[in-house]
Amino acid sequence: MNWNSAAEFFSMGGYALYVWGSFGACAFAFVVEPLLIRQRHIEALRNLRRQAAAETLEMEHP
Amino acid sequence: MSKQLTNWFRFASPQVFYPLAGKLIPVFWVLTALFGAAGLWVGFFVAPTDATQGEGYRIIFVHVPTSWMSMFIYLVMAGWAAVGLSFNARLSSMMAQALAPTGALMAFLSLWTGAFWGKPMWGTWWVWDARLTSELILFFLYLGFIALQASIDDPRRADKAGAVLALVGVVNVPIIYFSVIWWNTLHQGASVSINKSPTMAMTMLWGMLLMALCLWMYSVAVALTRVRAIILEREAHTDWVKQLREVAT
Repeated sequence: MNWNSAAEFFSMGGYALYVWGSFGACAFAFVVEPLLIRQRHIEALRNLRRQAAAETLEMEHP
Repeated sequence: MSKQLTNWFRFASPQVFYPLAGKLIPVFWVLTALFGAAGLWVGFFVAPTDATQGEGYRIIFVHVPTSWMSMFIYLVMAGWAAVGLSFNARLSSMMAQALAPTGALMAFLSLWTGAFWGKPMWGTWWVWDARLTSELILFFLYLGFIALQASIDDPRRADKAGAVLALVGVVNVPIIYFSVIWWNTLHQGASVSINKSPTMAMTMLWGMLLMALCLWMYSVAVALTRVRAIILEREAHTDWVKQLREVAT
């Protein structure tokens, strides 16, 4: 084990800004990217459903 | 004796691939979590403090994996683009399209974490040296690929134009990789600044490899998720998409 306390862990031997700046940016990116893609998938499905609804309407009321 | 051969070309059909990808995605997320947990554990709690760089060197556990993935994803993307171009296979082109944003993200993170490592160790966020500049060009190649595809309305023509750009850009990948050998550079060589002690070297190396595997699995999961969205967008006019359970309900 490298660390004696949580404070020591978070201070990263004085490199806190650089270590957490790097890991933080990566963590942020790897959370946001999947959310954006999920949004895109939901959007695509919504468009398809809207299109299907329009087509049935057209068939019922030509 | 009946021999049942899998016809792999069957998976080139978006209709077959869409549900298959849906089933595979959770598997890759589980692998991402497992490798990520193991890699972070080794990186922060097992790997010892570096003799010269102190704790600052721990940036390596994200910097090297993102850099590797930025190059690897480019090669895979160019490979799919080439298959799409030569066999006129639309799913292959969609795969290339699905990989580009993730590759661009990896290139960006490689540059970002590199800057956050360079500042404390070299005293500067950025230098115009061979390794850094060629990685920046890789980032621009990804952006160029995405922008070019987005600017052409006809998706099949966009695929072709994008594929040519991706294939020409492949020349940049070996330049990045060998830049530290070919030119004098501030960037350290290919091997990690491993200390003399072999046990130390091993745990640092393992942390890096586990994180690289984590990002690899992440990239597969994300690319498969994105390609499913792209399939729905581009195959919206087809009957099989209209009859999908998600759409019909």
